[in-house]
Amino acid sequence: MPILGADMEAGTLVAWRVAPGAHVERGAIIAEVETEKGIIEIEVFTAGTVERLLVEPGRKVPVGTPLATIREDRPSTLVKPAPPPAPLALEPLPSSGPAEPSRARVSPAARRRAHDLGIDAAALAGTGPDGAVTLADVERAAPGPAPASAAAALSPMRRAIAAAMGRSKREIPHFYLEATISMRAALAWLERNNASVPVTERVLPGVLLVKAVALALRQFPELNARWSEQGPVPQPAINVGVAISLRDGGLVAPALQAADTIALPELMRRFRDLVARARSGGLRSSELSESTITVTSLGEQGVERVTGVIFPPQVAIVGFGKIVERPWVEEGAVVSAPVVTVTLAADHRVTDGHRAARFLVALERLLQTPEGL
Amino acid sequence: MTPAEMRAIVLEVLGAIAPEADLASLTPDARLRDQLDLDSMDFLNFVIALHERFAVDIPEADYARLATLAGCVDYLRSHTDGAPSAT
Repeated sequence: MPILGADMEAGTLVAWRVAPGAHVERGAIIAEVETEKGIIEIEVFTAGTVERLLVEPGRKVPVGTPLATIREDRPSTLVKPAPPPAPLALEPLPSSGPAEPSRARVSPAARRRAHDLGIDAAALAGTGPDGAVTLADVERAAPGPAPASAAAALSPMRRAIAAAMGRSKREIPHFYLEATISMRAALAWLERNNASVPVTERVLPGVLLVKAVALALRQFPELNARWSEQGPVPQPAINVGVAISLRDGGLVAPALQAADTIALPELMRRFRDLVARARSGGLRSSELSESTITVTSLGEQGVERVTGVIFPPQVAIVGFGKIVERPWVEEGAVVSAPVVTVTLAADHRVTDGHRAARFLVALERLLQTPEGL
Repeated sequence: MTPAEMRAIVLEVLGAIAPEADLASLTPDARLRDQLDLDSMDFLNFVIALHERFAVDIPEADYARLATLAGCVDYLRSHTDGAPSAT
């Protein structure tokens, strides 16, 4: 079971997309897993032949549990699908007793009911045969009717956000820098570009901003990193997580992978696809686990600046506000210009204000020559 | 195509973009983005869907005329010959 978010502890295998004996290429989708972030498509990290499926659909298992055995094409070894990269494995897995506890037995009815109630059935003490968890055990563990004054129960996604953001604010010494950047050149370029292409190929300003952030990061690799117990680990690829609000509440921040290397029209196409899949289900495991920085934009809601909370184990988040017309000085004259306020929240364990300020300067310069993005 | 038929297609497109919305309660002259909590990506998808359903080219400069449900229907009436495109 791969880790698909900083605070994911377990996932439910919903369905297998392969059968034993099938040959899979690296990156093929082999299973669907349900997490707090919805149904995620799990990609296999190696090429080989599926030997055995170890987890039955409907079963919730802790992160790190082998899901299947795959005979690799060259060396013949047993592998676990998608082992989490080391810097991600910061949170100790919840131990439910002595090392290597025997797999909890849970009746199917109990598992279904536990899922409905948001209870981890495997963590309950079972009273059935051989200690199996029964429906009655689950009902006993169900939270009673809430008192009238109780706070609203958190949805699984809200709990996941609460855990990640709480951990971020407990552990990460954030500092914040802010700059206001003229968007005149960028918007003029976009207007010309969008007038000359079909509606399906129009580029939104947000994609231009993501591309500029990705290119600026090339000069500041310390901001494109993951924090580990040994310190920051700079990441070779610039995978920009884009915060996407979901229509029924909550948000996800899947990655636009290698965003610095992708031409704008293609980046726009991928961004559209990512938003559609974030909202309808169908994000892939790599998209949720491989972001190296996050970009958030609340300009749509009319706010002029957003100072973000870093998503661990990342070390920075860039926030863009609304693009607004403001008095601006150009060549000695006060004019009206479209401007955007960009904020950088960075991890002070990793970098300092001076370097971070230079990152924002680099970002501003890139946005003044949009044809180069 | 009658304005009522155009309106029905516009609502169908909006329903696909904002499935949780109560389209029956839309105010024809209030901004769709505010009523349906559409962001720029949703709005772009809306424009693309109108382009596909009505075979009209909608330049960015015309987006403001699509801000309300009534505005959409007026715009489509003046930019189509009344026949829906094959979908």
